[in-house]
Amino acid sequence: MSKAQNNEAVTHRLLKKNRSSAKRNERTGKIIVFTSAAIIIAATIAITLFLGYKGLKTFFVFDIDIWNFLTSTTWDGTSESGAFSFIFGSFAVTFLAALFAAPIGIGSAIFMTEIAKKWGQKVLQPVIEILVGIPSVVYGLIGVTVIVPLIRNHIGGLGFSLLAGMIVVGVMILPTITSISADAIKAIPIDIKDAAYGLGATRWQTIYKVIIPAALPSLMTAIVFGMARAFGEALAIQMVIGNVKGLPDSITDQAATLTSIITLDMPHTTYGSVHNSLLWSLGLILLVMSYVFIIIIRVVSSRRKI
Amino acid sequence: MDKYSYEVENMNLWYGEHQALYEINMKIPKNKVTAIIGPSGCGKSTFLKGLNRMVEMVPGVKVAGKIKYNGEDILNPNYHPEELRTKVGMVFQHPNPFPKSIYENVAFGAKIQGIRNKSKLEGLVEKSLKRAAIWDEVKDRLNTSATGLSGGQQQRICIARAIANEPDVILMDEPTSALDPISTLRVEELIQQLKEHYTIIIVTHNMQQASRVSDKTAFFLNGELVEFDDTDRIFSNPGDKRTEDYISGRFG
Repeated sequence: MSKAQNNEAVTHRLLKKNRSSAKRNERTGKIIVFTSAAIIIAATIAITLFLGYKGLKTFFVFDIDIWNFLTSTTWDGTSESGAFSFIFGSFAVTFLAALFAAPIGIGSAIFMTEIAKKWGQKVLQPVIEILVGIPSVVYGLIGVTVIVPLIRNHIGGLGFSLLAGMIVVGVMILPTITSISADAIKAIPIDIKDAAYGLGATRWQTIYKVIIPAALPSLMTAIVFGMARAFGEALAIQMVIGNVKGLPDSITDQAATLTSIITLDMPHTTYGSVHNSLLWSLGLILLVMSYVFIIIIRVVSSRRKI
Repeated sequence: MDKYSYEVENMNLWYGEHQALYEINMKIPKNKVTAIIGPSGCGKSTFLKGLNRMVEMVPGVKVAGKIKYNGEDILNPNYHPEELRTKVGMVFQHPNPFPKSIYENVAFGAKIQGIRNKSKLEGLVEKSLKRAAIWDEVKDRLNTSATGLSGGQQQRICIARAIANEPDVILMDEPTSALDPISTLRVEELIQQLKEHYTIIIVTHNMQQASRVSDKTAFFLNGELVEFDDTDRIFSNPGDKRTEDYISGRFG
């Protein structure tokens, strides 16, 4: 065999080998990604089924009336217990936090995308990333040592209150709202900004007549994402809200949320008791609400015009 | 009044360190269509955007010289670009209606100037859409989104939107380059109708288009104004060798 022929044979064999190993890699890759996807789906279904089973036991095994459970404000761990004050507390904190964080978040998003792009990217972006990275217990600690006394001394009440919860959770969801809003505003085509400027609009007119309306569905999505996070927040809120089992009278009054009651009561219940089962039902409400938030996000995002 | 909408004197323009326009001197006549032609990157769009100061949106831009619009120097620091842009409308390369209803699109300029009177706005929208020759196509769906229209219709909505500001100049930056031939034809017809009321300055890549629609043609090359004359003369008997080369397709 000549050298050239030999070389050709070697190349041929190498190519063939490469091709079969490429095929094998392809299959391995496929298996890895399919398995990953399957695990995520299975985990979601398993959590839903498990929480459903545990949470519904309250109504089907302990025979507690669902309506009573959802509307009563007494909470004593017996079968007469109702979760309304916590449902109210969770929604109150969520909406108040959104009310606090949405204007600031969207405002900063506009600032960093439209007003001071360089400064926004250099300073605001890292600040937001740091805010995301701070653990929830730290927010709680700051809430207890700074916000709570501040409210007690300047506004009234004990300090532990819905208001304190609103501020702490509001700050926690701020980066979520800001970064999703900023992405939404960045996605507005420059064409329509040019159109507004070309018609004699000032920068502010362009922002509030064109950019905000065009980004509105995405901005709503940002707010709902923030609310979903606020609804599920447990640790920090538990530290500042006071955890009083009853409906609050005012914003400076103490309250409790679904999450704070679960973390608070769970260690004190015996497995299989009514009280324990009631807590699982609270968990089920949280899960159902997170599904509701996802549905809202889907519906709102699908209305995007651009 | 003057017979020129614009008198540009010794206009130089830089993007940062890069000089994009050199010593442009040009008098643009009123109620005529002036076409600006030239190869890509020759500065024709930059020049057009200088005329309504939209070029200032680009960071690091510096403009020197005089640009007189109806006798007033618009580069004067006291001259508000917003005010200028209500008098000098602009139509862009890609149709860019707002994601709002047709009505809201056309009424936009008037609304930001503070006109709230509903019947006045309605009258203005109707008049503008009629002038832009699109009224008959959209009159029954003024409240549907403008982004649902065809590209050609969108571009005429954008022209109507510019007209609604009651400008006296309309700048057009390759307004038909994203349109199909039939839509292009309709926009060209529209330009002919519009010059009765407005001075039109159109940047185009398409030399046939320049010869079809314009009265005057300016040829830009490498940031310089090579030749500016009657369109007939530019296309039949250009004074500069470079113009002739470009028009006969020898480069660009």
